[in-house]
This record gives sequence, C-alpha cells and structure tokens, in this order.
Amino acid sequence: MNRLRLATVWLGGCSGCHMSFLDLDEFLIDLAGQVDIVYSPFIDAKVYPEGVDAVLVEGAIANEEHQTLVRQVRSRTRTLISFGDCAVTGNITALRNRLGSALPVLTRVYQENGDLHAAIPAEAGILPPLLDRVTPVHAVVPVDFYIPGCPPPAARIRAVLEQLIASEPLHLEGREIKFG
Amino acid sequence: MTQRIVIDPVTRIEGHAKITIHLDDDGTVAGARFHVAEFRGFEVFCEGRPFWEMPGITARICGICPVSHLLASSKAGDALLSVTIPPAAAKLRRLMNLAQIVQSHALSFFHLSAPDLLLGMDSDPARRNIFGLIAAEPELARGGIRLRQFGQEIIEALGGRKIHPAWSVPGGVREALTAEHRERIRARVPEAKATVQAALARFKELLARFREEAETLGNFPTLFLALTGPDGSWEHYDGRICVTDAEGHIVADGLDPARYRDFLGEAVEPHSYLKSPYYLPLGYPGGIYRVGPLARLNVCARIGTPLADRELEEYRQRGGRTVNSSFWYHYARLIEILAAAESIEQLLDDPDLLGDGLRAHAGINLHEGVGVSEAPRGTLFHHYQVDDHGLIRKVNLIIATGQNNLAMNRTIAQIARHFVKSASIPEGILNRLEAGIRAFDPCLSCATHAVGTMPLHVQLVGPDGDVRDEVWRN
Repeated sequence: MNRLRLATVWLGGCSGCHMSFLDLDEFLIDLAGQVDIVYSPFIDAKVYPEGVDAVLVEGAIANEEHQTLVRQVRSRTRTLISFGDCAVTGNITALRNRLGSALPVLTRVYQENGDLHAAIPAEAGILPPLLDRVTPVHAVVPVDFYIPGCPPPAARIRAVLEQLIASEPLHLEGREIKFG
Repeated sequence: MTQRIVIDPVTRIEGHAKITIHLDDDGTVAGARFHVAEFRGFEVFCEGRPFWEMPGITARICGICPVSHLLASSKAGDALLSVTIPPAAAKLRRLMNLAQIVQSHALSFFHLSAPDLLLGMDSDPARRNIFGLIAAEPELARGGIRLRQFGQEIIEALGGRKIHPAWSVPGGVREALTAEHRERIRARVPEAKATVQAALARFKELLARFREEAETLGNFPTLFLALTGPDGSWEHYDGRICVTDAEGHIVADGLDPARYRDFLGEAVEPHSYLKSPYYLPLGYPGGIYRVGPLARLNVCARIGTPLADRELEEYRQRGGRTVNSSFWYHYARLIEILAAAESIEQLLDDPDLLGDGLRAHAGINLHEGVGVSEAPRGTLFHHYQVDDHGLIRKVNLIIATGQNNLAMNRTIAQIARHFVKSASIPEGILNRLEAGIRAFDPCLSCATHAVGTMPLHVQLVGPDGDVRDEVWRN
C-alpha cells in the first residue's frame, strides 16, 4: 500500500495550529515512518506538488496569494481539511473586516506618524495585495473536513491523522468540534 | 539590466517570507531584499476593545510565542491598573516565560535549523528537515522533540493549554501551580539539561565546519539591546534595558523600558511601510541594533546559573566578549535553553511559587501603560492607551523580530555578495541565504502584526566591491 502523501499549508494565521501539530511530540517519529510529508513550512519544498492525498490548511484567506495558493492546493489534493479556527471561520485574522476594507487598515497605521509619507508598498509578484475582506477557506474552495480549535489540541489532530492513515471516513464529535 | 531571482517561500522559519536577489548582466549581485508577505492589523482592530481582552487577542499574534504577548500585554495591563502583582503571580509568570524560552529555542534549533547544521547546508532538500533528521539522527531528534515538549508541558500545567493559554491577566494570573505538577516538572529537568548539553557539544564540533558561514552569515557590527537584572545579569521578565556596542562598551544602562520612546526611534522612509526601530541617540541607520539570544549574551555580565555560566565563559573565550556573527545566535540559543532549565529548577524550590495571592485587583488608574519582557527572539514592548472605561484608544507594539529586520536585510546582502557568483545559483547557496535568516529565528507573524513588509536596504555593488549606490526603501 502506498504511503499517504500528506501536506500542510499556512495562510493568514499565527502558525499556532502548526505548533499544535508539532505537539504530536514523539508521534511525529511514528508519522515520519508512515506518511510522506510532501509540502509543509517545515520542509524545503517550494512548489505544491500534484497528487497530494490530504492537506491541513491553517489560516484565513487574507491576500491574493492565499487565494491563488489555496486554489492550487484544492486542484492538487484529494482531501482538503480546514485546520483551526482561522481557516474554519476567519477568527482573529478576520477582525480587520469590521473596518470595511483593506485601505483604512493600511492607512490608519501611517496616520499616527506625523512625518510619514504614506505609501502602500507594491512589488509586483512579490508582495500580495490584501483582500478587502478576510474569509474562511471554504469561501474560496470546497472543503472536505473541518478541524476547529484555536489551535486544535494535538490529540484532535492525531485522531484525524490516524483516520487518514487508516483510510477511514473522517469524523470528530462532541468536545472535539469545539472552537477556541 | 538586472535579473531577479526569487526564493519563495523561505522555508523552515515562522511566517511567510521571500528573498529576492538582483544581479547585473555580469552576474554581480546588485542587491538582495527580504520581503515579508503577511499582514493582519492588530494595532488597528484592537482599538475599541477592553484592555482585559488584550492578552487573549495578542496571544494570537503568534503560535510559537503567545506567552511573550500574554506577559507583555498583562504587564501593560498591570501598569494601567497601577498595581504591583503578588510575588506568587510574578514568579509563576517567570516560570511560564522560562518554559517558553525552552520550547521556542528548542523548536528553532532542532526542528528548523538542525537540518542545515547536522545534515548540511548543501544536503538533499527532500531530506533536509525534521523528518530527515529523525531518520538520520534519531536520538538527537527525539531529544529535541522531548525538550520542546518539556517547555510546552510547563505552559500547560500553569495555563491549562500549551498554545494561547488564558492565564496571565492584568493584575496577575488566574491559576496556581499545583504541588503535583511542580514535582512532575522537576522530574523532567535532568533530561532537559542532558539534551541541551549534548546539543551544545555537537554544535561546538560543528563550529569548525561552518567557519565560512560564521564569517559571512550576518557578521557585522551593530549595537545590542536587552533587559538585564540589577547587577547586569541575564534577565527575561523584568529589569532595565542595557545597550552595548559591537566592541562591548556599554552605550546606555538602566533604561526604563516603559520610556522606550525616549531612546528608540521608529524610522520612517518616504516610501516606508514598516517602521524600523533604531537607537535614537545614534540616529538612523547608525543606531541599528540586534535583540534576542546573541544580544542578551553580549549585554549581560553573567547568567547566574552554574552550568550556563560555564558555557557562557567558553562561548566568550571562543567568540570574544562581544560576538557579532549572527551564526552564533544558534550557540547563544542553546546556552539560553540551559540557563532556562537551570532557572526553572531553582524557581521550583522558591517558597513564593506556591504562595497565596495570585491577583492584584484595581480599576483603571492610568490611561497609558507599557509592558515589556524578553521574548525568545528579543525585547517585546506592548504600549496601550485606554479611555476611562478601559477601552483601547491606541496600541503600539514593538516586536522583537522587527528590531532585527535591518540586520536580517544586511545579512542576506552579505551572504549574496559573498556566495553568489552568477545567475545560476546552486541550491545550497540559496539555502544559505535562507539559513542566514533562520539564524535570527524570526517570528514573522509577530513582526507583521500591523504591516506587510520590512524595510530594505539595497546596495548596488560594482565588480570591484565598491558600493556604487545605496537605497533605503520600503
């Protein structure tokens, strides 16, 4: 049986969900023996590969690059999992939405500094423009499963990984679908 | 005509970043830039929120160092309340900060940088990661994973969860440490010390192999800034700010962190986006300074725990009393893990730790408060202004990694100038550019809480090595 091809991606978040993933502790050693991590901030792959079995997507969609990347991830992955409250609901990253759009958020930062000539940086192809509205992942692509939590505890992450490895249907219930 | 080479993303760091290298036709490096591609806007969307919420909200700036924000935010809250928190609360907060230093530094060394250091900068990218390390160096990898776990479990014992614990609040902390948890922590200290001492031994062996990297991955003079204790000792939670220069002279000492505006400027460029902190009396950019482990070990007189002080002495014999090589951040980080483990052990025996009284209660007594602590990556400032009801009017955050951004930019320019010979850059050289950034252990989620990029200094360097042109931009 081929090893599961697993990926993790972080978008507009704090990386706490990935830190909770690392809280798998010595199970990471077991995981290394059972799956192939083909793309992740923890490894040096620069391009999201084809033929990914499952991906954990942390973070909300906050800029154009997140949009592009998550669409690419969706097209190259069988099971896409929204990982953590920012991906599931927008959460903290979406708190800027109450300001209406990106511009007032960006310009508010400069108005406090009297001698600053406000200029929003733009380097084509490098700095992604902010979206006016931060959204959860499922606003952009269909999502196959949700792991809530801020961050999801490691035990919850492990339960889902074990289901993926065993090719079981993904399922969380009760306390395991709490936010926060 | 310049050619642009892009490293995207920079991997094995916290956060989203890219590096661009600009080359002339003849392959000369015209400049190198470090771009951070994230933005959330904490300083803006926190306006109007009750200051009591700030620890919980600002914890979510970062998943590696939420404790740093929890503590700095709580201390800003303490100032708004005008309280001195009870001794048990202060010591418990210290314990959590020490635990965070252990887990964050362990992550940086074992999970993120050890693949470069132990498997090699030029090793196969497919294996050059924590999973490859688990296969190649199982004992060391397991030790590192368990060392990070040690720190995380202390945080959980105190705060109920490992990441974003809702525990430290303005006025104190919410829960005590149980005697049972104290003993469980104590039982794990010996292994923690053994793991980091083994890592130190390995690193010292590696120093000879990485001589070129130590010379060129961010080796240049800057000031150094950190909190210190009353006798100049290593300090992570309270204390006063000390600034030293590249030769080790004290430039300023005993500075009140709450008055950071008196001595720290935030440089603004005509097209600048991110303010770039600098030491005001020396102007910009001469006032460039570094923070974090390298700075703390340069600035402190001693650490104050036996094993770490012995290591510090050897570190200084090898590197000089003041070390300017950013590669040595790795070495400094390991010594700090040892210092933290020993300090945790000492603190567990402190009778105050299990004392009563975890909260000082008060209402708003001041409309402005500053909370400062040493995050793993450097000095962190939370500055809040509130109205009569305690609703936030204004937030200013000076983040550790932000204070290192000039140095990080200078680092990749240095690496590019030294290693890049043509437009065809070997993978190992691209990795060295990234490794230069990894040495700083940047926290980019933290640094870009409010803005989307870092100020950059581009130098146009001719084939003769002369700086032809210099542009400060962002």
